[in-house]
Amino acid sequence: MGAQLRAVRQRIRSIQSTAKITRAQELIAASRIVKAQQRVRASGPYAREILQAVEAVVSRSGPVDHPLVREPTSSQRAAVLILTSDRGFCGGYNANVLREAQRLRTLLGERGVEVVAYACGAKGIAWHRFRARDLAGEWAGSSDSPTLSRAREITAALLDTFARTTAEGGVDEIHLVYTEFVSMLTQRPVVRRILPLEIEEVEGEPVSGPVPLYEFEPSAPVVLDALLPWYVENRIYHAMLESAASEIAERRRAMKSATDNANELLEQFTRDANKARQAEITQEISEIVGGANALAESIAGSE
Amino acid sequence: MTLRVELVVPDGEVWSGRARMVNAKTLDGDLGILTGHQPVLAIIAEGSLVRIIDPESAPEQDAGREVVAAISAGFLAVRDDRVSILARQAQLGSSVDASAVRADLNAALESAQAPGEPESAEVRYSRALLRAAGDRS
Repeated sequence: MGAQLRAVRQRIRSIQSTAKITRAQELIAASRIVKAQQRVRASGPYAREILQAVEAVVSRSGPVDHPLVREPTSSQRAAVLILTSDRGFCGGYNANVLREAQRLRTLLGERGVEVVAYACGAKGIAWHRFRARDLAGEWAGSSDSPTLSRAREITAALLDTFARTTAEGGVDEIHLVYTEFVSMLTQRPVVRRILPLEIEEVEGEPVSGPVPLYEFEPSAPVVLDALLPWYVENRIYHAMLESAASEIAERRRAMKSATDNANELLEQFTRDANKARQAEITQEISEIVGGANALAESIAGSE
Repeated sequence: MTLRVELVVPDGEVWSGRARMVNAKTLDGDLGILTGHQPVLAIIAEGSLVRIIDPESAPEQDAGREVVAAISAGFLAVRDDRVSILARQAQLGSSVDASAVRADLNAALESAQAPGEPESAEVRYSRALLRAAGDRS
């Protein structure tokens, strides 16, 4: 067998196994995406209700003077929580989130706000390590199936720094950078400020009519005190769920194009291999024919 | 007229359906909700029970057909005959594995801090779970 043919066959084998691996990854992601989407959907009612409740308290009790709602007069430090994935193989997912985080950082820097970064997901942590940037907090190991206890841990850490004054190393704002799951085909990195509170509409069914005049048990401030940490926790949990769904969707897409690409290469290399084999055969035949002719001539000449 | 009741936790829905009355323990005391109740937002006491009473049951036999759920912490919102109960953790009494919870509770009590200190939220939730399951002790 010729050297060229051997080399091409070797490449074909390696591409074949790559294609098998990416195809398997694609199938795994495809089976997980359904569950991830269901989790996002299942967490919807709670998120909607808690948002409505917070809105009701804030709009009802007039000028709210609660540390979690108060607009800071001048921010000095802001916490930024970045949700990334634990594993790669998911296309531009992490790069997009980190780019958005970087943009937010520049924006805050222009306002003279110092950024304290928190990263969730091994990729985000590695990104900060590599650039020798400090992380105030890091969590890894649950990016594709977030747990409520992890969300609670993160919320506790963030609210703890928020409760402290700036002089004691606390922060005035908390921002969240994550990937919104719009559809199977579209995922969008977004930046949200979670604290101080920015009430915004959640997608889905709009709140119909004016907010009813609630009575608060025991009183509006107590209700707000209890609600706000839950609200923040839920925002973070919901963002984690959406990020997980986005991650899996992106992984599926990335693996699909990798498989497609490998198959395309396979086709091309198979052609090359066939051509090389054909060339070898042709050469062998012409050598044999040439040899036979030479032999025949030499026999005819000797007679 | 009946109430529309939803019991949700961050992960999804625990129970939803119709009810004649909802009983919950708030920070201020027990709260019973019938149809036509005015809008209210109440914080539910930690580790308490919520009783959702079946629309078919007659007023005099409250204890009969009801759904009992243990709530670790949460709140309750009522408006337009819709009752939303949001809990950080909740479980229906009928689905509680009493022996497992009891084992957890005992383990938690053994490793607990010195007597006299208030019980942790987990311990109170475990107790609520046992009460919801009908295990009296």
